[in-house]
Amino acid sequence: MRTRATRRHKDWALAYALLLPGLVIFSIFTFWPFLQNFKLALYQNPPYPGLPSTFVGLSQVGDVLSSVTFHQSLISTLLFVVMVVPTGLLGGLVLALAAHKALKGMAIFQVIFSSTVVTSVAVAAVVFGTLMDPVVGLLPWLGLDPHPAILSNPTWALPAVAVIAIWQFLGLSFIIMTAGLQSLPEEVLEAARLDGARAPTMFFRVTIPLLSPTIFFGLVVGFIYAFQSFGQIDILIGSQNAEFTHTNVLLFYIYRALSVQNDPGLAAVLSIVLFAILLSVTLLQFRFLERRVHYAGN
Amino acid sequence: MARVHFAKVSKRYGDVAAVDDLTLEVADGELLVLLGPSGCGKTTALRMVAGLEDVTEGSLTIGDDLVNDVDPKDRDVAMVFQSYALYPHMSVAKNIEFPLRQRKIETAERKQRALEAATTLGLEDLMDRKPGQLSGGQRQRVALARAIVRDPRVFLMDEPLSNLDAKLRVQTRGDIVALQRRLGTTTLYVTHDQVEAMTMGHRIAVMQGGRLQQVAAPQDLYERPANTFVATFLGSPGMNLIPASRQGDELVTPSGSLAVPAELSGIAPGEVTLGARPESLSLGTEGLRATVSLVEMLGAETQVHCKLEGGTTLVVRQGHDQVRPDLGHSVLVSVDPSSLHAFDAATGDRIEGSQ
Amino acid sequence: MPATEQPTDVVRRRRPRARLVARYLLLTLGAVIVLFPVYMALVNSLLLPSQIAHQPPPLIPTNPQWHTYPDAWTGGHLGIYLRNSAVQTVIIVAGQLVTSILAAFAFAFLEFPLKKTLFIVFLMTLMIPFEVTVATNLTTVSSLGWFNSFPGLTLPFLATGFGVFLLRQAFLQIPRDLKEAAQLDGYGHLRFLWAVAIPLARPAIAALGVFSFLGAWNQYLWPLLVTGNDNSVRTVQIGLKQLLNTQLDQLNVSLAGTIIAIAPLIVLLVVFQKQLVRSLTAGAVK
Repeated sequence: MRTRATRRHKDWALAYALLLPGLVIFSIFTFWPFLQNFKLALYQNPPYPGLPSTFVGLSQVGDVLSSVTFHQSLISTLLFVVMVVPTGLLGGLVLALAAHKALKGMAIFQVIFSSTVVTSVAVAAVVFGTLMDPVVGLLPWLGLDPHPAILSNPTWALPAVAVIAIWQFLGLSFIIMTAGLQSLPEEVLEAARLDGARAPTMFFRVTIPLLSPTIFFGLVVGFIYAFQSFGQIDILIGSQNAEFTHTNVLLFYIYRALSVQNDPGLAAVLSIVLFAILLSVTLLQFRFLERRVHYAGN
Repeated sequence: MARVHFAKVSKRYGDVAAVDDLTLEVADGELLVLLGPSGCGKTTALRMVAGLEDVTEGSLTIGDDLVNDVDPKDRDVAMVFQSYALYPHMSVAKNIEFPLRQRKIETAERKQRALEAATTLGLEDLMDRKPGQLSGGQRQRVALARAIVRDPRVFLMDEPLSNLDAKLRVQTRGDIVALQRRLGTTTLYVTHDQVEAMTMGHRIAVMQGGRLQQVAAPQDLYERPANTFVATFLGSPGMNLIPASRQGDELVTPSGSLAVPAELSGIAPGEVTLGARPESLSLGTEGLRATVSLVEMLGAETQVHCKLEGGTTLVVRQGHDQVRPDLGHSVLVSVDPSSLHAFDAATGDRIEGSQ
Repeated sequence: MPATEQPTDVVRRRRPRARLVARYLLLTLGAVIVLFPVYMALVNSLLLPSQIAHQPPPLIPTNPQWHTYPDAWTGGHLGIYLRNSAVQTVIIVAGQLVTSILAAFAFAFLEFPLKKTLFIVFLMTLMIPFEVTVATNLTTVSSLGWFNSFPGLTLPFLATGFGVFLLRQAFLQIPRDLKEAAQLDGYGHLRFLWAVAIPLARPAIAALGVFSFLGAWNQYLWPLLVTGNDNSVRTVQIGLKQLLNTQLDQLNVSLAGTIIAIAPLIVLLVVFQKQLVRSLTAGAVK
């Protein structure tokens, strides 16, 4: 017969044992690397591998943050997000509204609209790459001049990649908006209908406000999604052309710094910036948007 | 031997005592009901016997074993939860077998015992169903079957009938009593329903605010309540309480006086609380002055609420053939002196020298 | 039926009908937009290179070049890449499920010091996107000699804060009574986990499984960094990039490759749509 104390202690030991695997993985592969960035940022790397890196303190940070490449990267990233997120959410909302009735065949439409969520960046890149290819693509069919190749065009490369990302985001956006529509309280909508609200009023003054938590969630998810997109750029544009075509988004810049330029210090500084942006936007969105969000209870 | 003994047991959460200095013995084979309003500590006391709550002070014994620090599974007790706690993803058969799987009993014997327990409760045709496919009453019986399959030394039941509708409750009450009498297992039964308590228990332990008020056989509890709480808790409606003061040979109230009955002659002069059950009051030609405030006709009887001068309301029980007064009428309420109880005006405790 | 109908009746009867038709039109338009790219990829994969270059390219292949698929499979090594992706994904999904179930169980059913703090620690990992840790992880994996190997490919992803969050919610739905009843019946924590908690939380576990599968299969950044120049662990996603680069003149083969790469996931979507939706919207709908 165990005493109460040993029983409790055994429970504690079990709990810690259950948490251990996760904690170990996180410590080695999440927390430690995250913190290590702050150290790496302070060391400048030599142009040739094998030579030691030199401690330069915050000057590297300063150099990177003030460089033209960095500014361009930020602008590209920001433009990309602005192009992708609202369009993707709107598209998803439209599709969700269209598919939100219990009609024949609706299930098939719902599967179709969700389908882009399973596409990977590689698949989307190759598929769209073909469509946008100057020689074999469909652009002439749409009336656009395919030369010079849209993906090598400094003005149009980023929007082209944005189109790919929007298409991919549609599936996720549709799923989120559908879930949101399904959660709207039926009684409130019926009450509005009984009160004589017609379609536009219903939509703008009832549906959208009730849907605002979902839209808010979609914005956060979309923002993070857009920030994490770079595979399409890697496959279709490549490291060499990224800067020239203004598609050097932040994540791609980090990848190039690591893999192409072998400069962990640069990558570390950029990673910290990426983290800071994502964190502050998430917090900002929660603080400011949540005030304007109309929860069904209000 | 499977008696349960609480010796000065307390359960404290910080400054609050959910169970306060409880001393109680449940005899072997007895069905003892823990009765009281919500928050009185009865469920906490039950869970301490199960081992689901730790004992803060005092010692708890099952049989000859001190079980304060013993794991629930080693105490050989079975519990029927208020919500039945059936495993939703397992069939009835598997639910009943579940307690036996841990005890290294072979499959064949396990199935046999589960079937026996199920048959005792009339569940033999439902063995393959899942709890979601059963009615409330059937689920309750599965919970009971699961408890009896282990043949434990103590049954613990936590308000097992409260989720059933009224009619089913009456029938199941009888079934549980019959089952317990047949198996002869010591049972600790928690409820807030006094009708259940009165009809099912060998003895009833009334609790309030964590403290034991009185433990006795149902009839004793009804006829000789130890304090005003027990007096008013039992009975439907409960005992009427009348504030009065003894002056000489009389018990004086704002509505009139009563002669001090022989049985209460030992009461000290001064403030006293009198108690009279509705059935020992009647409306007649003499007694305390009151006005009728409510007449409730219940078929076989009528309950007349009479407001005394001074504010106290008495409930008088009338047979269906007696004349019913009208609302607002002035009446005289007479008290059967041999059925009068007396309680200390300050503490509410029963004053001996009565009955 | 009256001989003459009031104008309002006609309008009232027609409006819903017109709306229905409009809705179906919109839906069809949406479906076309969504499916068009993949459809064209499918079509183009079955055309001759000369046909693809034709402007405009045909919408239906008249002379389907079925050979592009075996070509992609063997010549393009897609068979190997698919195998690698399968191994990588299974390891990651299994790892995430196990670590999440164990941790979520501890948070939902056990009491222990620092419980709240540790839970916040697990949640904090959601704030640190993988891209931010890539730099050091690459060094770590290389120095341990796991570059271009399955451990290197999968280890960083064996735990997920999202999984712990999701499964803890699911476990918390299980009534306390069940745990107590099991306790009285002699079941310790781990047996309860196996016999009761996991079966009852199956929907959430399935949702997490599907979500993890999707994430692992579609990974791009890490496999790109960690796979070397041979085919030993190259996943399908990187394989596609490779295919495109080496088969530029045989676009139809590359496209066949993409169709092969995406086919398992389409099956996944159709079969597990419910679970997928559930995991993707956890946190969206209160």
